[in-house]
Amino acid sequence: MMPQPLLEVRSLYKHFDVIERGIVRRKKVGIVHAVDGISFDIQHGETVALVGESGCGKTTAAKAILYLEDPTSGEVSFDGVNVFETFKSGDKATRLKLRRSMQMVFQNPYASLDPRMTIYDIVSEAFLVHKHVPKEKWKDRVYEVLKMVNLEEYHAERYPHEFSGGQRQRISIARALAVEPAFIVCDEPVSSLDVSIRAQILNLLSELQKKHGISYLYISHDLSSVRQISHRVAVMYLGQIVEHANTDDLFGKRLHPYTQALVSAVPIPDVEKKTMRILLSGEVPSPINPPQACRFHPRCKYTKDICKTVEPKLEEYESGHFAACHFAKDFL
Amino acid sequence: MQNSLLEIRDLKTYFFTEAGVVKAVDGANVDVRPKETVGLVGESGSGKTVTALSALRIIPRPGRIVTGSIKFDGEDVLAKSEEEMRQLRGPKMAMVFQDPSSSLNPLYTVERQLSDILMLHRKLSKKEASQRAEYLLELVGIQDPRTRLKAYPHELSGGMKQRIAIARALSCEPSLLFADEPTTNLDVTVQAQVLELMKKLQHDLGMSMVMITHDMGIIADMAERVTIMYAGRAMEAADTKTIFHEPKHPYTEALLAAVPRVDQRKILEVIPGNIPNLIEPPPGCVFNPRCKYAKQVCIDAAPPLEEVGKNHWAACHRWKEIRLRGV
Repeated sequence: MMPQPLLEVRSLYKHFDVIERGIVRRKKVGIVHAVDGISFDIQHGETVALVGESGCGKTTAAKAILYLEDPTSGEVSFDGVNVFETFKSGDKATRLKLRRSMQMVFQNPYASLDPRMTIYDIVSEAFLVHKHVPKEKWKDRVYEVLKMVNLEEYHAERYPHEFSGGQRQRISIARALAVEPAFIVCDEPVSSLDVSIRAQILNLLSELQKKHGISYLYISHDLSSVRQISHRVAVMYLGQIVEHANTDDLFGKRLHPYTQALVSAVPIPDVEKKTMRILLSGEVPSPINPPQACRFHPRCKYTKDICKTVEPKLEEYESGHFAACHFAKDFL
Repeated sequence: MQNSLLEIRDLKTYFFTEAGVVKAVDGANVDVRPKETVGLVGESGSGKTVTALSALRIIPRPGRIVTGSIKFDGEDVLAKSEEEMRQLRGPKMAMVFQDPSSSLNPLYTVERQLSDILMLHRKLSKKEASQRAEYLLELVGIQDPRTRLKAYPHELSGGMKQRIAIARALSCEPSLLFADEPTTNLDVTVQAQVLELMKKLQHDLGMSMVMITHDMGIIADMAERVTIMYAGRAMEAADTKTIFHEPKHPYTEALLAAVPRVDQRKILEVIPGNIPNLIEPPPGCVFNPRCKYAKQVCIDAAPPLEEVGKNHWAACHRWKEIRLRGV
């Protein structure tokens, strides 16, 4: 029996209307299917990665889960609490309580820190909002979280521009940690950093998880760092999850042709290991008019008639290994 | 020793800014032989792009080549007049830039951008140039080239724009192509397409390539030889296998240990500290503040690039004493 997950996402949809602005009226000309019915769980102290290429809807999904975007439909429950209900109609105290337990670290640390605030102000702003730390303890608490991310006390008086990219990303993490969250969404936290700095941040995230039992939703297109940091992986393509499994199972045995192509495309830093690249033709189609039935069929080399007419369901093929492909059995 | 097509020796390119002199390239050595791919590896600020810009002599102001020599096909690039350089750029040396959205001109159609070059360098008529442009698009794997020629850059996807940038660089069949992180802004599956394309074109056209990247995976896949740069200096140079298996510079070792890989989970070893400030680089060896093998000698003097093996150079005082791990 699986324990009660920390986060449950059920049939989450987020659509955007495409509006054409005329002289007199606005006309809806299409719908962007950014997130199209995704479901997954995150356990306590677990890292689940949402991977996919640009435009697959991974960031939108994360924003909808945190209710930073108003979802079209679906349900998210966090520690037994219905997230969308709470943010839509809960009172301020319950909303704040929920917000405190779910935080986010953004991709670009150059854009996500206010250049006019000192690090002290940035971190302690959370105390101002949530009032969970008495004013006289602010300073100690700020120093404490800075220490957690391996920064020094004297850094608190500085401004963001005085820091390097890696340090800034530590500050973003410190800001998220200031409210003692149980869950943090990390949206490509290392992709704007240099390779020698990436390992610092990845190791820091793992360390914080071990010490404080934080769960992560790790969003990335970089499969090498995903392999490193996550326990489970969900692969997204055009708004849907096409494969979902434990990290080692997924990288070891890829049941969906898209996952196969994606993983084979990543260059391995080892001269002895030449991967057989599976080259996909063309690029990701537009999510405004996604292909019918299996969304991957126009680019898939195994496409048969059924792929063009029947949409494959996400089914379990091995314990905990889900794939949405009519022919997943053949890849077992 | 084979003759080099491009030979860069002790190149120093500085930027004279108001804040001080930025030593973007402070002792770079690169050799490229005919028909081979050389990887130029480094993080941001390592000087890899400025090295390529120096070879083409297109360094933006306030940058200037201070000392060093650059020889292309036996000729001294630095002694050439601006007019002679113009004959070199395009027909002999060309470059593909990192961000195709900003390297293509948004005001002109793809056709205009390709045929202008052909009319200038190849003295083709407008009609011939247009036909040649169509052939080039076909060469880089663009479907329906006739229609695409009429498109403006904003109508194309990132992968397609990068293919056009490659087509433009190849339009006069250069003997040397600099590819400056050509796939950094692209998705992995598109990156795979572009890398395969570049490999094929290089083979078909028999040109040399300098692949500038921070991704050791791309190097393992594409390059025959590698120069590792850090803070404007060449740290180590060897053939790719040697770099991966028997690195002789601590930075190379650290870099290999710090990159995650998709085929296995490993313990990531952290390189402490940050990339140095290039206005006031650390004294002695530029890597010494972050190097776990650093001794007093590393702070006192900058190590020269020494031959540490057959066709293998490293700039480290302690290469004889320390045993480094490769992949």
